[in-house]
Amino acid sequence: MNEQDKNIGGGNTEHVVEVRDLTKRFGTFTAVNSISFEVYKGEVFGLLGANGAGKTTLIRMLSGLLRPTEGVARVAGYDVVHHPERVKFSIGYMSQKFSLYEDLTVAENIRFFGGIYGMKKKDLAKAGEAMIHKLGMEEVEDRLIATLPLGWKQRIAFSIAILHRPGLVFLDEPTSGVDPVTRRQFWEMILETAREGFTIIVTTHYMDEAEYCDRIAIMSRGDIAGLDSPENLQSQFSVSSMEDLFWKITREHKTTDAIPGL
Amino acid sequence: MRTILIIIKKEFLQVFRNRMMLPMIFIVPLVQMLILVYAATMEVKQIDLLVVDRDNSSYSRGLISKLSGMKMYRVKVIPSAGEKAETSLLDNSADAVLEIPPDCERLLMQRQNSSVQLRMDAVNGMAAGIINQYTSLTINRYHQKWLASLMPRNAGAGLRQIRVIPRYWYNPGLNYKHYMLPGILVILVTIMGMFLSAINLVREKELGTIEQINVTPIRRIHFIPGKLIPFWIIALGELSFGLAIGWLLFRVPVRGSLLLLFGFTSVYLLAVMGIGLFLAALSRTQQQLMFMFFFFMLTFLLMSGLFTPVESMPQWAQTINHLNPFAYFMRVIRMILLKGSGFRDILPEFVSMSIYAVAALTLAVWRYRKTI
Repeated sequence: MNEQDKNIGGGNTEHVVEVRDLTKRFGTFTAVNSISFEVYKGEVFGLLGANGAGKTTLIRMLSGLLRPTEGVARVAGYDVVHHPERVKFSIGYMSQKFSLYEDLTVAENIRFFGGIYGMKKKDLAKAGEAMIHKLGMEEVEDRLIATLPLGWKQRIAFSIAILHRPGLVFLDEPTSGVDPVTRRQFWEMILETAREGFTIIVTTHYMDEAEYCDRIAIMSRGDIAGLDSPENLQSQFSVSSMEDLFWKITREHKTTDAIPGL
Repeated sequence: MRTILIIIKKEFLQVFRNRMMLPMIFIVPLVQMLILVYAATMEVKQIDLLVVDRDNSSYSRGLISKLSGMKMYRVKVIPSAGEKAETSLLDNSADAVLEIPPDCERLLMQRQNSSVQLRMDAVNGMAAGIINQYTSLTINRYHQKWLASLMPRNAGAGLRQIRVIPRYWYNPGLNYKHYMLPGILVILVTIMGMFLSAINLVREKELGTIEQINVTPIRRIHFIPGKLIPFWIIALGELSFGLAIGWLLFRVPVRGSLLLLFGFTSVYLLAVMGIGLFLAALSRTQQQLMFMFFFFMLTFLLMSGLFTPVESMPQWAQTINHLNPFAYFMRVIRMILLKGSGFRDILPEFVSMSIYAVAALTLAVWRYRKTI
């Protein structure tokens, strides 16, 4: 990790995502509690938090999979409630549940998803070829996804998510369940993509991954308990590691929580 | 349009890559037709009859030899009643017990009444009915002949009788297989179309791939047809295969137009697949879907007239059957294949099915949610 990798979005003030008082309630349970923030164009924006903190719910609302109960969210210039399909056209999405078709080959998955996004046949063939080349997977192009190791599958899933050049990509816990080396490789891929100008919003519960992000939002029980660059947050809360930062923020947040025992 | 084609292509790739599919498509129907067409029969082919002959007269012996001479009966005679008659019904060694009382012939000769008793195993009421009819008819005929033989030659001239000459239309040989096979085809085509497409959709939910689909700008009006058309084609192929088997093995006639049959089946499939996809949109897991299917299939199938004629069901059941797509197809496929009915004959069914298809598909598209 060097300084060059960071500050990618630094200085760019164009908002790709704008969220105002966004709330999602499931019955009496509030999963996301009136949060507001912006994401700048070209930055790697991390959403951190324990399981159940509301990360996935938030990302699903932003990608048009879930209707917010209250509040406004504009993604890539479109309102997620009124124009969810336009939002979907402008984003890439990779879920925590690995979701390429296992019984199709790499090439068939590329053709299917590219086609669904309305890519022209010629463009799709070119983009697919470039993608395979970049991944160095020429030899497995015609193999079923099911036969590939998890780390490969994830890199393919990510590449397919950005195949239609969406400009904004949501990654929902993309690295859960893979070994540290593969995680590292995956992050290098994310950062490289960000350098190409993509904006990336990624959720994770690995604290060490926060350091790859330009800015992070730490979520706790549906709230954003802290939002800034990892360094600024560390000095603001006077801690020396992400681990400590996380502990401190979530614990402080808990004591001020109005609803105990939830 | 291109989007639909892309989905169809993907579905076909997956269907034929699934190792279970080809056996499903070809072997299952073959086995079902071979077994069910023979097994699902209401015909009574052999009656085990125990005759208790307590008369032991020439009248009773004549009746017994008449019965024994018929292919339908396997006759056993015992001289006196008692436990044997009772137990033979209980242990299934006899289907019916015919008891000829003592002095039967003597009473008849004195121009008095006498009666024989026929007791039947009526656990299967329908079979018992047939045994009763057939046996009574045989005894009556024997009796008439016996009476006639007693009369002076010209006295019988006054006994004019009316004879009914039956002609069995559309199925002159009363071939039960020709009646059953179209019914089995209905089951097969329905399972292939409705079940496979619905299971396929729910499987994508279970695997999580549906989430990836829902986050794309794909439209429901493209997605549902894309999911439906591959299985629609497979089900129509299944119908062709089934008809070919039916003709080769059972010589089931195709008296009407095949084009009409396929036309009606196409509309029917859209209706049941609409229902299937609607149920799939409601379920989260394959298990939930299976239970709903089990309920629908069993209820609708047994009410459809597969085994029992719809016309003899109570009025309320017939009313419910207006909503039962299986009943329409069951009726129409038999009409076209066995009777050679034409478009005008099945027009009411065609119209109903078309309305049904539009409604079911609208429901399926409407219920499918691209949100979680």
